[in-house]
Amino acid sequence: MSVDTEHVQRIAELSRLAMDADQAREFATGLSDIFDFVEQLDGADIEGVEPMAHPMDAAQRMRPDAVTEPDRREDYQAIAPAVEAGLYLVPRVIE
Amino acid sequence: MEWETVIGLEIHAQLNTVSKIFSGAPTAYGAEPNRQACPVDLGMPGVLPVLNRGVVERAVMLGLALDAEVAGRSVFARKNYFYPDLPKGYQISQFELPIVADGHLDIELEDGTTKRIGVTRAHLEEDAGKSLHEGFEAMTGIDLNRAGTPLVEIVSEPDLRSAKEAVAYMKKLHSLVRYLDICDGNMQEGSFRCDANVSIRPKGQAEFGTRAELKNLNSFRFVERAINFEIERQIDVIEGGGRVVQETRLYDPDRDETRSMRTKEEANDYRYFPDPDLLPVEVDQGFIEEIRGRLPELPDAKRERFVCEYELPEYDAGVLTATREMGDFYEAVVRGCNAPKLAANWVMGEFSAALNRSEVELAEAPVDAGALAGLLARIQDETISGKIAKEVFEAMWNGEGDADSVIEAKGLKQITDTGAIDAIIDEVIANNPKQLEQYKGGKDKLFGFFVGQVMKATQGKANPAQVNERLKERLDQA
Repeated sequence: MSVDTEHVQRIAELSRLAMDADQAREFATGLSDIFDFVEQLDGADIEGVEPMAHPMDAAQRMRPDAVTEPDRREDYQAIAPAVEAGLYLVPRVIE
Repeated sequence: MEWETVIGLEIHAQLNTVSKIFSGAPTAYGAEPNRQACPVDLGMPGVLPVLNRGVVERAVMLGLALDAEVAGRSVFARKNYFYPDLPKGYQISQFELPIVADGHLDIELEDGTTKRIGVTRAHLEEDAGKSLHEGFEAMTGIDLNRAGTPLVEIVSEPDLRSAKEAVAYMKKLHSLVRYLDICDGNMQEGSFRCDANVSIRPKGQAEFGTRAELKNLNSFRFVERAINFEIERQIDVIEGGGRVVQETRLYDPDRDETRSMRTKEEANDYRYFPDPDLLPVEVDQGFIEEIRGRLPELPDAKRERFVCEYELPEYDAGVLTATREMGDFYEAVVRGCNAPKLAANWVMGEFSAALNRSEVELAEAPVDAGALAGLLARIQDETISGKIAKEVFEAMWNGEGDADSVIEAKGLKQITDTGAIDAIIDEVIANNPKQLEQYKGGKDKLFGFFVGQVMKATQGKANPAQVNERLKERLDQA
């Protein structure tokens, strides 16, 4: 098994996902199976093959540097749970 | 034990495009909260980023100026972490394939030598929004105007060996981005920010010590003070038998100290991966050459040219090329008066002092380059002395007109009429018989006294060289 439960718990924490011990064991098995499957690629000869950053063989299109978005704050904030003085409000976070 | 300091800097420069890196929202500073945050910046579901060409152009320009490799192909990646001012849950940045790599910047050290500092890489990324923790009951306010503002993060090699070198590097880079006009360099508004990686090692040791990363260094002065504090702290830790832990420390300018923010154990694993919403960025040679053609004269080249063309000392040339605006201003003055050294003295002296005193920017100075050149021309043709010129300059600065009208209105024109000067000299000699006797008796020092008296009698308007010459003659005859 390439992924243990501790590893899974760590990833869950970074992803802000709640996970109990049973689920962690289940995911450890499932993820390990996936990694084992992908590991078969280690056997392939990739000499001279460029790492792929995107499945589409194309380059990023660029737009001119111009302001095109109007101010629609009222519309966007109409669906926010809490707003005050133009700010979106979230439960207090202090680092 | 003798310790050696090792410093590497990570500098975030905000690129001065009018719109954001991945959206068409404006980037202007100081707008009301969230007036410049569109669905892309808000991280709404279903939106897609579209790359701003102006951002890429500026990064390429920086790469060329740093003599670096500009990547023909670079890739945007997601840096994942959770914080409310980052609504997508990831920051779009560049990781494995940055747009600029392997450049360098030469800095001038205090002893006059030059040191080459390696630039590991410069990559593009988006800024996050702002969290406001004060003023809300158990809540935090989020302003996303800054979210999506384009940044270039410039990472140096650990080549810096003191806080002073770090500041010299930072200042040089600051000057460079402003010359290139890719960043406004406003540190108070956060357009140019610095993090420093600091470690120490016994002198002579090859491997690096454990480093601490210092955050929140938003002025040149803070960079120097924070690094010096951190060096002392690390020496104390090690000499006290402890060991430095790898951590992020926040500089507190009020207490002049650094405090631990988070250690490596708590540090985030950002789980970078290529952003599937963005294709690789390709810039071809034609694009790069077009940008190269737009590069302005850079600070080092301009400094060298000032030394050769205007025969200025290295120091003067360095001061006058510190900013592009200052260099342009100086050259405009020289064009108007044709006296490079005199112009250098005045621009660096009276003029800069007046700028500081009045706390105005060069562009808003009440005396422009043409007006200053007009004043210097009057020194050149001996209409006024250098000393009187300062008085005229003062009046010009206060809006009393150009040099000629001030000289005219105040009657400051230098007296060059030999007859008039002789008459005053004779009067001074006649009024001071005692001093004359002593002078004649060999007390040569009194010559200065007579010069002073004559200048006083003419209210400084006599030509000093002429006074010297005439006075010598009259005293010898007396």
